[in-house]
Amino acid sequence: MPINYYIFLSLALFCIGIVGVLTRRNAIIIFMCIELMLNAVNLLLVAFSKMHHNAALLAGDATTIAGTDGQLFVFFIMVVAAAEVSVGLAIIVMMYRNIHSVDVNFLNRLKH
Amino acid sequence: MNALILSAILGVILMFSGILFKQKAAIRNIAITGMVLLLAVNVMEMCGIVFFNVNTHGMIVFDRFALLFTTIAFASTLLYLLLSARDMEKVGVNYAEYFTLIFFILCGITLTASFKSLLILFLGIEIISIPLYILTGSDKRNLKSNEASLKYFLLGAFSTGLMLMGIALIYGAMGTFDTTSINIFTEGKPSLLLVTGMLLLLFSMSFKVSAAPFHFWTPDVYDGAPTVFTSFMATIVKAAVFIGFIRLFDEAFGLLRPEWKLFVALIVVATLFIGNITAVFQQSVKRMLAYSSIAQAGFMMMAVYAMNTDAKEGLLLYAVAYSFATIGIFAVLIKMKDYTFDGFNGFAKHQPLLAATTTIFLLSLAGIPLTAGFLSKFYMLKAAMVAGNNLWLVIFAVLMAAVSVYYYFRVIQAMYFKEGDAQPIEVSRSFKLTLVVLAVLIIVFGIYPDLILSHLYF
Repeated sequence: MPINYYIFLSLALFCIGIVGVLTRRNAIIIFMCIELMLNAVNLLLVAFSKMHHNAALLAGDATTIAGTDGQLFVFFIMVVAAAEVSVGLAIIVMMYRNIHSVDVNFLNRLKH
Repeated sequence: MNALILSAILGVILMFSGILFKQKAAIRNIAITGMVLLLAVNVMEMCGIVFFNVNTHGMIVFDRFALLFTTIAFASTLLYLLLSARDMEKVGVNYAEYFTLIFFILCGITLTASFKSLLILFLGIEIISIPLYILTGSDKRNLKSNEASLKYFLLGAFSTGLMLMGIALIYGAMGTFDTTSINIFTEGKPSLLLVTGMLLLLFSMSFKVSAAPFHFWTPDVYDGAPTVFTSFMATIVKAAVFIGFIRLFDEAFGLLRPEWKLFVALIVVATLFIGNITAVFQQSVKRMLAYSSIAQAGFMMMAVYAMNTDAKEGLLLYAVAYSFATIGIFAVLIKMKDYTFDGFNGFAKHQPLLAATTTIFLLSLAGIPLTAGFLSKFYMLKAAMVAGNNLWLVIFAVLMAAVSVYYYFRVIQAMYFKEGDAQPIEVSRSFKLTLVVLAVLIIVFGIYPDLILSHLYF
């Protein structure tokens, strides 16, 4: 499959994530949309990694390792995303204990 | 490399010290000793004594610029701990964990200052951000703190998403994460993927340093977070992200400058304008300092815009001037009962020494000559002039600096010329001594900036 398909798919996922973050009011859903953005990036990185690898193979280098760094990056994103999930959910739970809601419309006390 | 490994180890040690020691003084002493050790080890590395030699395959490079900045950051953190470590007790019960998180943040700061690969930049920024989300929300019963941390977390994670997308697009265009190779392979007309990726990185980094129009989270988060931690994240962390910012745009996108020049210039103008004008209307000193940190970020952005030797030197000097002054002001502010401007009324009568040092910090932030703040602003403007054709930007920045004098002097006016009974809660001798040292350092660096900058070359 041409690389363009992968780019369009992950950009579509990424935009769904952005729109979700900007429009939804529930903290958990916003959080899921952020995860969607991160996973769109993972997909794109893997696709690019394969693309660069194939390009190097076609160029005649049979033992190339070109493109492996893209896949390595994906693992780092997964680890960081997991760390972020643990902190983020803890913050949301802390919020819920205090105001019994996860609606971000409550986030307006600081304005004054 | 010394500092990177030692800061992580110290973080773990402090985590366990919370279990082993019940006295808060013991934990505090361990943290301060650790900080001194970290600073010493980093200075040793500047002198060529390296304890750890880890082969990172060129992903991390400790050059003079990185080492000098980490030294500055560690020195500021040491002063910060000496001034404010005692005040962290009031935030919550997890005293040792706050120090742990601060050491982990320092680990991230070291990575951000020394990256050669976009992977390390991403990891550095995240290692800085994630502990900060926790520190922001550390006052668990306080709704404002909760809100601030949730807001910071959601927006921070969002901007991380943008940054990752930028990195992925750049990888697609270039096939590498190495900053130098990205710059070398950029020849002729850059591809759409590369330019889009670069812009996404520009936006997300502006977000992290709270440059307008991506600044909207800053006042709320800085206001809501416990004041002790606001002090840390408004100064050392912000300076570190700026160092990462300028390294990224210098090393990876230097040849793309025609593409991003206009965007950065617009960000500089917007940040200076919004930061300074909004700060004028604030009633709370804490919130005023939040807006002032946005305004100062505008000046630091000029270094990214100019991108020459003066800019790099200026940014280091700015990191010192801004961090020292702001840490000092926050340390005094924590001791106040009332955070409004009126809360400072008559402060000079009761605490002449504290008022005098605060005045020096405020003068430095406003950029009055003989202070480090003046010279650092001067370096920024000079860098922008050298970069060519930017007279309008320089004039605008000077005008905005003039506006900033208004709100900084409001505090001085309240302290010296208004009647009132502003009484800080008890202040120890060592606290006063550290404040005086801080004020003296600001003046000394304002007269002899080469004391710092000469280390960049030898």
